[in-house]
Amino acid sequence: MNSQTTETLTKYAQNKYKYGFVTNIESDRPKKGLDEEIIKFISQKKDEPEWMLSWRLACYKKWLKMSDPQWANLKFPEIDYQDIYYYSAPKDFEEKPKDLSEVDPKLIETYNKLGIPLEEQKVLAGVAVDAVFDSVSVATTYKGELEKLGIVFCSISEAVKTHPELVKKYLGSVIPPGDHSFSALNSAVFTDGSFVYIPENVKCPMELSTYFRINAEETGQFERTLIIADKGSYVSYLEGCTAPQRDTNQLHAANVELIALENAEIKYSTVQNWYPGDEDGKGGIYNFVTKRGLCKGKNSKISWTQVETGSAVTWKYPSCILKGDNSVGEFYSVAITNNFQQADTGTKMTHIGKNTRSKIISKGISLGQSQNTYRGNVSFLRKADKARNYTQCDSLLVGNKCGAHTIPYIDSKNNSAIIEHEASTSKINEDQLYYCRQRGLSHEEAVSLIVNGFCKQVLQELPMEFAVEAQKLVSISLEGSVG
Amino acid sequence: MIFLNINNLNVSIEGKKILDDFNISINEGEVHAIMGPNGCGKSTLANVLAGNEEYEVSSGKVIFKDQNLLDLNIEERSQKGLFLAFQYPVEIPGVNITPFLHASINSKLKNDKKPELDNLSFAKLLRKNAEELGISSDMLKRSINTGFSGGEKKRYEILQMSILNPDLTIFDETDSGLDVDALRIVTEGINKFKDSKKSFLIITHYQKLLDYIHPDYVHVMRNGKIVKSGDISLASEIEASGYQNF
Repeated sequence: MNSQTTETLTKYAQNKYKYGFVTNIESDRPKKGLDEEIIKFISQKKDEPEWMLSWRLACYKKWLKMSDPQWANLKFPEIDYQDIYYYSAPKDFEEKPKDLSEVDPKLIETYNKLGIPLEEQKVLAGVAVDAVFDSVSVATTYKGELEKLGIVFCSISEAVKTHPELVKKYLGSVIPPGDHSFSALNSAVFTDGSFVYIPENVKCPMELSTYFRINAEETGQFERTLIIADKGSYVSYLEGCTAPQRDTNQLHAANVELIALENAEIKYSTVQNWYPGDEDGKGGIYNFVTKRGLCKGKNSKISWTQVETGSAVTWKYPSCILKGDNSVGEFYSVAITNNFQQADTGTKMTHIGKNTRSKIISKGISLGQSQNTYRGNVSFLRKADKARNYTQCDSLLVGNKCGAHTIPYIDSKNNSAIIEHEASTSKINEDQLYYCRQRGLSHEEAVSLIVNGFCKQVLQELPMEFAVEAQKLVSISLEGSVG
Repeated sequence: MIFLNINNLNVSIEGKKILDDFNISINEGEVHAIMGPNGCGKSTLANVLAGNEEYEVSSGKVIFKDQNLLDLNIEERSQKGLFLAFQYPVEIPGVNITPFLHASINSKLKNDKKPELDNLSFAKLLRKNAEELGISSDMLKRSINTGFSGGEKKRYEILQMSILNPDLTIFDETDSGLDVDALRIVTEGINKFKDSKKSFLIITHYQKLLDYIHPDYVHVMRNGKIVKSGDISLASEIEASGYQNF
């Protein structure tokens, strides 16, 4: 066989494979609904080892016996789990919008307001991009630098194959699959997400961001993230991106687990801007996220910062289990709800070790006809000597059709615990608006300024660049809410 | 050009009449003082001119720079060159003066169809004007008026005026709550800013302020209207024997 023939044959083979794949796409979505076959299918698609599949199946069995949590202050129709696709392969080039002109102009307008470069807009909007552009090459450069330090930053499906010992040890160790129905569901059907391991005494020199890693791929609705910071290490992780995500999935049930060993610190920042539904409350994503961090070792620290502006329904309580003595948990949150959005969000701080400390700063802003609930649970177990918690919950109401609710649970089994709780609810101040407008700012600009000021305590916890974008996002979320 | 002309202005709040056929004319470059006892309607006048929506204008006309002022909303009046130095500047927690005032000046420049200021030129301007008013850079880092003393708040008002460069500034009892030193600093700031193009309407209860800023005209106001107009000697008369003679 001459070399030309070989080449042709190879090409043919590749083409054949490609076709095979296309045919498979049909069977990639054989039917809606969830059963053991679908889970086996997902596992097979991802070429997973046997132990992973049996874990999934065990989680599925647990899920079957569970019902959804009902305690949140949320109203939405019951979810029909048999009416959902649990696996969808990455979209084909032909299925994607050809260019930005095929994308919803409202989305583009928001991107422009956020100052997102054109090339990145294309990726965010899911436009087929074949050329290598900036952030992809940036990502490659980053990857090399991280590898030199021994840092593992890859997709969880990859980690299952490359670092099975870590995944086996820690997956489900902070959020037991049987915790509640959404965690069981996620454990059974998760499709992808991030995996991070920071070796002993390594301070990760840059913010790790999903934005760099996976934007070209589709994470899917059941995201699973696992971050492990080994002794004495540090990492700051950014989830998502301030730009609204084009997404057709209705239900999102992500699970994020963090583990900080002795003297390690993890900082996890999120800006969530999923589609919230339209002005009349139609459509929008249900976001049921479980995020939990374990301060496993002494002197470890986990800090959650979230800015929640999207989704029709948000159910989310990033939590810390403070097991190691002297460990620290922090939760900083801004939740903005507009139109008919509903958010039930907050945190859970579980003090187990001695001298453990936690701090909660929550800022809720309600506009339109939305409902915004802070729900917190601070508990001190018997051995948590001299543990402390400080909680501050502030709610701001704009208009008179929205609602703000604060539901703090406190439970102490140790007499030496110190708990401070401050809460306030206020309406946006007319005098402040008058003052700003007298200086030439429009009503809308004034509201945005005052709300940004109200959130500052939280926004300043975000990494610099993110904070600037988050501020713009806060302003955009308020648009059209006042008049 | 008619700079400011108020003609038979009637204003009430919750059904109660506060301004009663009120009249005044102010030309470019003039400094007018309105003095009057508590409750005579001085502060109402200031807020009605600024466009405060709590007051109801039942009749009358206000022309500002050849335009019907009552047709404009609060921010449009500001952009047109009207500045109100508040009696009680409100605290805005978490909001720093830099982005706030930067947005303000740009809204005005935009309205004037002039190029907007970039971050650097604005920062320079702010620093320069703050220095002249004895405002430290530490103070510029704090949230607007939050935890400020009475004197600091009034100095912040003057700083904002000096940046926004209005044609008409209304001082609503700017001297209230100020000790002698603070009053001196604030009035020095005002005097530095004064020139032949700018006009001022000073609303005050006491003569003290007028010792530092010399008005061209002094008006005495009672029960919602001006009852007597004159020069600075009118202020001395009030200082000597109070308002009962008017």
